[in-house]
Amino acid sequence: MANPLRGEVIRLYKNLLYLGREYPQGSAYFRERLKSAFMKNKDVTDPEKIQKLVARGDFVIKELEALYFLRKYRAMKKRYYEPEQ
Amino acid sequence: MSGRVLVGVKRVIDYAVKIRVKPDNSGIVTDGVKHSMNPFCEIAIEEAVKLKEKKLIKEVVAVSCGPQQSQETIRTALAMGADRGIHVEVTGKDYEALGPLQVSKIMAALAKKEDAQLIILGKQAIDDDCNQTGQMTAALLDWPQGTFASEVALEGDKVKVVREIDGGLETIKINTPAVVTADLRLNTPRYATLPNIMKAKKKKIANMKPADLGVDLTSRLEVLRVDEPPQRQAGVKVETVDDLVAKLREAGTI
Repeated sequence: MANPLRGEVIRLYKNLLYLGREYPQGSAYFRERLKSAFMKNKDVTDPEKIQKLVARGDFVIKELEALYFLRKYRAMKKRYYEPEQ
Repeated sequence: MSGRVLVGVKRVIDYAVKIRVKPDNSGIVTDGVKHSMNPFCEIAIEEAVKLKEKKLIKEVVAVSCGPQQSQETIRTALAMGADRGIHVEVTGKDYEALGPLQVSKIMAALAKKEDAQLIILGKQAIDDDCNQTGQMTAALLDWPQGTFASEVALEGDKVKVVREIDGGLETIKINTPAVVTADLRLNTPRYATLPNIMKAKKKKIANMKPADLGVDLTSRLEVLRVDEPPQRQAGVKVETVDDLVAKLREAGTI
């Protein structure tokens, strides 16, 4: 792995792992998938390719945040508000 | 005006957890159960942080009342952008009896002590569903209140609040200092990601006891019993209209 990007990749992994604690199907399920996804790309050396993968990882973070928000919003809406006619 | 906003955040059982009643019907099981910040409190913090980002207020102070673990909730608030936290330590029997009346007394005392311009709270907590703390706090301080806010705008020394009421929306203009309670559609709370949590570790959380604020925590309420809601009866399928009429006659409805 290219040395300066090693820190970025580890940062990304830690952030995703933290987010995975709230995953609907369980944090263990998430951690398995996360680890295998990262391991699949462990031999990539081209810095440009690594940047692209890290960008994809950041995108997944945004998707997870959106997922968690929607789940919570829908649950609150269902519990506290009259169904729309 | 001090430009300081107090936001109350409550540590509750996570919204996605299945609640279990204790076998002796004295309460619900909380040991080892996942807790997090009340969703409406998240919306309250987000609104305060947004006001600070627009430079309309200067400081956001997150307040929580409860045991040691309430500090985690304050840390989440700090990670979302609050500047500092105040943990009012309440434990044991006092914590079990802690309700809107006690919390609003604490918030009122803190508002005076911190010279707050605005108090933002969630409209209700998802564990007790009281919907009282904001209103009681405003009453104790003799401040105006804008409850069920779906929109908040600071205009000089006044606040314009659009409230969600039965049948629609109501717009009011109130003087500051004031109490506002956040409703679901006020904003979209940001997620407290790991880098933000790390940055927030530098922010201070002050520790104090209700006695330091001169607050009496005695409760006038006693929980007699906690029960699960009645199980839903399974439906019965019928083959013909005559069967349906017969069943309705049996049940006594016709």
